[in-house]
Amino acid sequence: MAKSGGFKEYQRENPKKIQIEERIKNFNEFEILLPKNNIIEQASRCMDCGIPFCHTFGCPTNNFICDWNHLVYKNHWKKALELLHLTNNFPEFTGRVCPALCEKSCTLSINFEPVIIKQIELQIIEKGWEEGWVLPIISNYKSGKKVAIIGSGPAGLACAQQLVREGHNVVVFEKNNRVGGLLRYGIPDFKLEKHIIDRRIEQLKAEGIIFETDVNVGSDISINYLKRTFDAIVIAIGAYEPRDINVIGRDLKGIHFALDFLINQNKINAGDKLSDEIINAKDKEVVIIGGGDTGADCVGTAKRQGAKSITQIEILPEPPKERQIYNPWPFYPKIYTTTSSHEEGCNRLWSLSVSRFEGENGFVKKIYLKKIIWDENNKLEKTSFRESNEPEIEIKADLVLLATGFLHVKLDTMLTSLNIKFDEKGNIKVDNNYMTSESKFFAAGDSITGASLVVKAINTGRKVAEKVNLYLNSI
Amino acid sequence: MKRYTKANGCLLQNGLYDPRFESDSCGVGFVAKLDGLPSHNIINCAIKVLINLEHRGALGGDKSTGDGAGIMIDIPDSFFRENLQNDSIKLPDLGDYGVGMIFLPSNEKHKENCIKYIEKFVFDEGCDILGWRKVPVNNSCIGELAKSTEPTIYQVFVHRGQIKRENFERKLYVIRRQIEKTIDAEKSDMSQFYIASFSSNRIVYKGLLTANQLNNYYLDLSDSRFKSKFGIVHQRYSTNTQPTWNLAQPFRFLAHNGEINTLNGNINRMKWREFHLKSDLFGDDIEKIKPIIIETGSDSAIFDNVLELLVLGGRSIPHAMMMMVPEAYGPKIHMSEDKRAFYDFHSAIMEPWDGPAAIIFTDSRYLGAILDRNGLRPTRYTVTKDGIIVLASESGVLEFTPENIIKKSRLSPGKMLLVDFNQNRVVPDKEIKAKISRQKPYRRWIKDNIITLRGLFTPSNAQEEDEETLLRKQLIFGYTEEELKLIISPMASRGQEPIGSMGNDTPLAVLSEKPNLLFYYFKQRFAQVTNPPIDPLREELVMSLESFVGGESNLLEESPENFKGFKLPHPIITPEDLNKIVIANHPDINVVWIDILFNKKDGEKALENAMESIFAKATYSIQSGITIFILSDYNTDENMIPIPSLLACSGLHQYLSKKGLRTRTSIIIHSGEVREIMHYALLVSYGADAICPYLVLSTIYNMAKNNLLEENLKPEEYIDSYIVAVKKGLLKTMSRLGISTFHSYFASQNFEAIGLCNELVEKYFSGTISRLDGINIEDIQKEAIERHNKGYSNKKNLEYFLPSGGEYSLRVDGEKHFWNPNSISLLQLSTKTDNYEIFKEFTNFVNNDERSPLAIRKILSFKKRNSIPINEVEPIESILKRFVISAMSFGSISKEAHETIAIAANRLGIRSNSGEGGEDIERNLNNSRSKVKQIASGRFGVTPEYILSADELQIKIAQGAKPGEGGQLPGHKVTPDIARVRHTTEGVTLISPPPHHDIYSIEDLAQLIYDLKCINPNSKISVKLVSESGVGTIASGVAKAQADIVVISGYEGGTGASPLTSIKHTGIPWEIGLAETHQTLIYNDLREKIKIQVDGQLKTGRDIVIATLLGAEEYGFATSILVTLGCVLLKKCHQNTCSTGIATQDPLLRAKFSGKPEYIERFLKFLAQEIREIMAYLGFRTINEMIGRTDILEFKPPINLWKAQKLNLSPILNPRIKNTNIYHIPNIQKDVEMYDDNFLNQLQPAIEHLSPIEISLPIKNIHRAVGARLSGYIINKYGQNYLPDDTIKINFYGSAGQSFGAFLTKGITFKIEGDANDYLGKSMAGGKIIVVPEKNASFSPHDNVICGNVTLYGATSGEVFINGKAGERFAVRNSGATAVVEGVGDHACEYMTGGVVVCIGSTGKNFAAGMSGGIAFIFDETQMFDTKCNLDMVDLESVWDKKDISFLRSLLEKHFLLTSSPKAKAILERWESSLPLFVKVIPLEYKKVLERIKQSEHRDIEIVSATEEVYNG
Repeated sequence: MAKSGGFKEYQRENPKKIQIEERIKNFNEFEILLPKNNIIEQASRCMDCGIPFCHTFGCPTNNFICDWNHLVYKNHWKKALELLHLTNNFPEFTGRVCPALCEKSCTLSINFEPVIIKQIELQIIEKGWEEGWVLPIISNYKSGKKVAIIGSGPAGLACAQQLVREGHNVVVFEKNNRVGGLLRYGIPDFKLEKHIIDRRIEQLKAEGIIFETDVNVGSDISINYLKRTFDAIVIAIGAYEPRDINVIGRDLKGIHFALDFLINQNKINAGDKLSDEIINAKDKEVVIIGGGDTGADCVGTAKRQGAKSITQIEILPEPPKERQIYNPWPFYPKIYTTTSSHEEGCNRLWSLSVSRFEGENGFVKKIYLKKIIWDENNKLEKTSFRESNEPEIEIKADLVLLATGFLHVKLDTMLTSLNIKFDEKGNIKVDNNYMTSESKFFAAGDSITGASLVVKAINTGRKVAEKVNLYLNSI
Repeated sequence: MKRYTKANGCLLQNGLYDPRFESDSCGVGFVAKLDGLPSHNIINCAIKVLINLEHRGALGGDKSTGDGAGIMIDIPDSFFRENLQNDSIKLPDLGDYGVGMIFLPSNEKHKENCIKYIEKFVFDEGCDILGWRKVPVNNSCIGELAKSTEPTIYQVFVHRGQIKRENFERKLYVIRRQIEKTIDAEKSDMSQFYIASFSSNRIVYKGLLTANQLNNYYLDLSDSRFKSKFGIVHQRYSTNTQPTWNLAQPFRFLAHNGEINTLNGNINRMKWREFHLKSDLFGDDIEKIKPIIIETGSDSAIFDNVLELLVLGGRSIPHAMMMMVPEAYGPKIHMSEDKRAFYDFHSAIMEPWDGPAAIIFTDSRYLGAILDRNGLRPTRYTVTKDGIIVLASESGVLEFTPENIIKKSRLSPGKMLLVDFNQNRVVPDKEIKAKISRQKPYRRWIKDNIITLRGLFTPSNAQEEDEETLLRKQLIFGYTEEELKLIISPMASRGQEPIGSMGNDTPLAVLSEKPNLLFYYFKQRFAQVTNPPIDPLREELVMSLESFVGGESNLLEESPENFKGFKLPHPIITPEDLNKIVIANHPDINVVWIDILFNKKDGEKALENAMESIFAKATYSIQSGITIFILSDYNTDENMIPIPSLLACSGLHQYLSKKGLRTRTSIIIHSGEVREIMHYALLVSYGADAICPYLVLSTIYNMAKNNLLEENLKPEEYIDSYIVAVKKGLLKTMSRLGISTFHSYFASQNFEAIGLCNELVEKYFSGTISRLDGINIEDIQKEAIERHNKGYSNKKNLEYFLPSGGEYSLRVDGEKHFWNPNSISLLQLSTKTDNYEIFKEFTNFVNNDERSPLAIRKILSFKKRNSIPINEVEPIESILKRFVISAMSFGSISKEAHETIAIAANRLGIRSNSGEGGEDIERNLNNSRSKVKQIASGRFGVTPEYILSADELQIKIAQGAKPGEGGQLPGHKVTPDIARVRHTTEGVTLISPPPHHDIYSIEDLAQLIYDLKCINPNSKISVKLVSESGVGTIASGVAKAQADIVVISGYEGGTGASPLTSIKHTGIPWEIGLAETHQTLIYNDLREKIKIQVDGQLKTGRDIVIATLLGAEEYGFATSILVTLGCVLLKKCHQNTCSTGIATQDPLLRAKFSGKPEYIERFLKFLAQEIREIMAYLGFRTINEMIGRTDILEFKPPINLWKAQKLNLSPILNPRIKNTNIYHIPNIQKDVEMYDDNFLNQLQPAIEHLSPIEISLPIKNIHRAVGARLSGYIINKYGQNYLPDDTIKINFYGSAGQSFGAFLTKGITFKIEGDANDYLGKSMAGGKIIVVPEKNASFSPHDNVICGNVTLYGATSGEVFINGKAGERFAVRNSGATAVVEGVGDHACEYMTGGVVVCIGSTGKNFAAGMSGGIAFIFDETQMFDTKCNLDMVDLESVWDKKDISFLRSLLEKHFLLTSSPKAKAILERWESSLPLFVKVIPLEYKKVLERIKQSEHRDIEIVSATEEVYNG
């Protein structure tokens, strides 16, 4: 138990950030870690609840939050790290990019500010790296079984690590030249600098995982080879199929999917050669369609590229400032939030849908929007909407980024040749053991759930590993 | 009484009802002539005593059948002689013949058979039959029930024949035992047969009678030729209405008021001793009397069996009584070396038979009485000039002229009084005991034989284990992170058992999906109503953990041999201690190690076979002279799996016991499994003499080294502190059952098993209550293997963490909880948004979701019946009336939460409950009054106004989260507001005493109910009990005590702070207790008289329908109510940090409270609606139709839960009771008869006009609670503080009954000339009571006892002046009254929180224990007071302050003025020289308390200091 009544003694203290003018000059991370003593105080705010909603309800990987809060409060950082690693292979990723469902369900958040769980998590793992506590854990048992993992995003990596520690031979295939998947390519550096991934990959390698990059399974190597060589194969290829909007003018130049835009910048930062065209927002009137996290990442990236203006459009109405009666704690709050990217400057518009694009010389120039009216036909959720009769709104736009979400896993040659079954949403269908319709092929991460959070990907990666392990031990 | 009898064949086990659970209490007394000359008058007097004690007995369902009454007298020689002449029987001299008082079967053939056996054994043993006499009776006066079981009563006259006179009594015993055994073995129903007495000097007349019937039934008793020098009488109050003729008292040597709590252990140990009984006096006859104990008898009867053996085996009766009922002789108690040696010596051969007990005993030469060490039964006596002594539970049972009285006194705790008819005098306690203590050189015997192991218990230490081995072992033994953090760490850091709150919402071990340690299939039993728990905090001086390893030989021999072995101050030993025992070089210490392991490769029977080889090895070892077995699981490895230590321990213990090999051998458990208090308690209770918990000690060592513990101590200090915590926990566990000493707790098996199969229990735990069947030994093996696999999973590197646990707070890999994020969020969402569909989601989740744990109700399902349309079902409104909101105190929860609950209840027209913390009277005005007012042992805020503001008064005997313990309110929650309402000091931790100090017994409960009905006749009375085996029997007693409602609380309930052991391991699910209660009440024809309410984690309509089908008709809710108000089960109630503003008094947090009455209203309406839906589905139109319809239920466990499959719920569902659909039928409330009615009319005009009035009245002990009705009348009219002082003055003459002046309000003055009994001035508020001896009494008032026990209990204001001494626990829980008294017994001013006590005479021991407020002045003539005062919470100083001096003087002047006390006069006359002899007792200053609380944060320092000393001492 942390300090009794600690939350009354100490207020929540959020980590400081580098000043906006400074931070937008580059793509580096800008959050400053709190001093360790403050972290201990902050950890003491944890109430060690009889029912830790953070651990059992909020956190998808069920991190033992209250327990490591206690250990941090007692200054047992190393033990806290061991405990954190027990449920989360990569806390340095989630500690940076997780939307912190735990904090939303923290019981303190009912009447007070929640514990800064995410920051504590980050500090535990960063201290671990600093102190050299993050060492390869090499299994003293070798099963002789071979596993292939396709895709090196958070799900694939977590799965790989769990399996190599069970004593299996693990090979990870990645179609890009660097591993990390969306972690590396989708998340802007200012949220996750990529050397953070690299140092973790070193640990994974040391534990025995073999990474095969620039390998496109299905074309560079055959499915039959996979089947022949490996005892189990885990597909963890994400859910890259973006949702498009089919309106007049969609084919104009200057309209891109958000992810292409983000990948572009990440590759530039990494010094990679770019095969695609460069999408840059410099001096442009940027309009981002979609009010979610990807949209926000586009805002920050466009800002750093030097956009002239940035507007973000959302079809949903502007959320309320506070929780509404039908959206109480501990459920995820549907409230107005301002991300750090939004702080950096952006115009946000609500209840609008794109009706058409207008361009000049094949390049987009304007975007027309229709006002949306939401009906409140059910107390629990606002479900139906219609377009209003008001006249269209016209906005200038040189660069339009579609951050309207992802549909499902991208159907590639591998999947087609495998003849794998999909669920009604278009994601890979798995049974209770996470096995696909194809024997010894398993699937993990976004490819089975649709696009979701890093933390959820890590979690399914771990769960799949558990099942794969059982499977391997049974054959 | 706890055993079952076959009498009349009635008492057979039936469903959950088990006659073993029967219990009784009563009134006792004797009258004797010191000159020893028989007279008929003595018999008349004795019967008069009996009649005057009638209110202490009880009537059954059939109004005229008593629970039993009887009388023991000398053989009325001349009466028999004359009487038998007619039958031409010539009696030889008195002493040469014996008389058997025989109950014969009414069936002629059986009767003849019995007679045949009797005559056979008389002849066989060399005696002669002189003749038979049919005892003349008149059965027209007795009740139907009694008549239906009435035996034919004969007396048989036996000549001693060739037997020597001095051996004749013994021979009669031998004859009787053989007759009893033979007839008992008959196949046909001989249950009416019974030998009431069979002696050459005493005879017993008794039966299933009331006091008034005894005389009319037995015609002999009224014959003027019928004479005796003494008469012992007894009036029984059994909790069941199936009492029998045989169980009426007196027995052959004694009559007993109270209960032997330690009976199980006593019986078990007597069984082993039987193997070694040898006696020159008995010779070969010894085999004929075995078994000594007739287990079908009551506790008193069994006590009598053993007493008989000891007395006829050659010990004097006072000696035997000293052995069986030793007084407390711990280090804090002053006594002579010889006496201490006597008790020490005898502790090695006989454990105390302990419990509330006033025992009257006689062997005809001696007639005596003894009181238990706690003084929990009242015993008053009077000696007259004309040589009569009368002793009884109450004073005033016989009237004497004042001039005639020489002495009025009482028995103090542990003391004995003896009449010696040879010396024709009363022998005082000191003299008897001094003489007996010196009759043998006990002191030398001890010195010569004690084995001292040098260095034992000096520094605690543990083996250091390397991390991996430690971790592996922790995994094998099922350790969890939670245990390390939540249980072991606080024990090691603070020497304190951890406290938690919000009850237990995890499944029973047998309903869990996880492997559970065998320990968790057991539940602790506890005392409620029929016997009180003991107070291990404030009265620890009577408790002891000392154990004796070795010892025990022939019980009937007095020799130094008896004391071979060694003593341990407590049963927990470190590995180092164990090593000292192992290497000890002493001929009497021969140790063998036995591995308790089984090989996992040995197949399905591996564990069972391993047990057999343990037994074989043990048997072999004993033959080779081994005296100590060390059962060790230390050598566990990859293949060898530890046997659960409890199984090994109990298995071996029982095996050896049954073979007669258990005495002289000791079992030491050396196990890695043992860590929690529950584990130690179980092992000790199942036969472990000592326990070495090596792994937990290594764990602590390791945690200390890694800096994972709270304080900054050395590893050894942590280990010490852990052991202290275990000791305290053991004391608490024992005290919860009302057991004071380790000797008595050892091998007592005071647990109930749930989920173990019958064969398993029979073989390894025989005698343990286990009613629902369950898993077998192979399943235990399976669970052990599962745990072991965790430690040896070969593939992975061990992770440096144990499983998280999740027993107390939810963890994802741990145990399931009823309250979890889903259930909480759904319930809150549905009630906040008034959405019934979401509510259904909630109930669906709780009832069906696999993430919600199992309970017994969930493995029951409904049978299909024809449904009906829902509109035919009774409406929501009428169902709501059956809902109550259970007790949660103002103090434990905030004002806001408390009032919101009451407002919601009042809006719905249902009842909410104040809880035990009192309630602001202002709340009557704004619709936030709680309709139910609770009365708990602390009596906080229990003022007359509080009682009068109730629609229902609830007596809380126990609460689900901590039965057998009092409530606790930590100091930081005692705000000024709360202190005001509770009449206590701000910031001082409030602990309610474990027992109600006015309920030590069932007749006391009846008395309290009577008191309450006197003051508030309009209120219903409910009694809150906790589910345990036997609760049905207690409920029957409650029904007979005239309560209206009995509440059965499940073990899982509880919103307040409690020790974790109590939350988790005490009590059983309500389903079992409820079904048992319903069945037992029906069985006893009492069900219609009382309403059954149930509570404990009720959440859904389904829960309630099942409760109804099992017999409930009202339903209580607490936790769910709090959840609707925003509670999210932080479980921090005890820390005052509840961030939802519910269970806190912090203004910052209270401001956050956001609950609304609507939420509660919606929840309860939803529930009612859901109940209606289920009723429609099941085709029930009304709740009444459903009550008790267990035929609708069937057992349907989920397929995937293998353990649940093994249960057998038929005892719950299929009682052999035909009509189960019986429920409470409200009848018009009868006003109770009370003495106040005689004078109320006379006073009314004066009350109307506020004109002073003074009247005089006679009074007798049968007039109880005098003044309560009068006070109620006045308060209803004017309020509590309106009447001017002395407006009404009543002078009473005689002996006042119990609760004299209870609730006495301002303006009333009572003066009693004579004496008073127990509970004088109970809950008094402003009245004045004066007690003086009769004017012309010849004794000195100062030296005599004229006032009973527990005076001023819970008084809040007023004054008492007593010109004489009072009994035990004077002014306990006084919070404002002023008293002057001339002597008090033990434990005076206990738990006092306010008021003033002046004592100008002697005090007993343990003065001021737990006193946190008020002051006391003691006139300490002997200058010994400091040795008697409990200085844990008070300081002593002289009276120097001028204000104090004048205050004291004015009180003494007033005392003199009102009582004419000669002592007061003498003191005042010599004021200058008297004053320095006064000592002022003051609780440590409020400021200091505040500081201490701050320093120790939430640590309960009072507890620490209160219990620390006894261990260090």
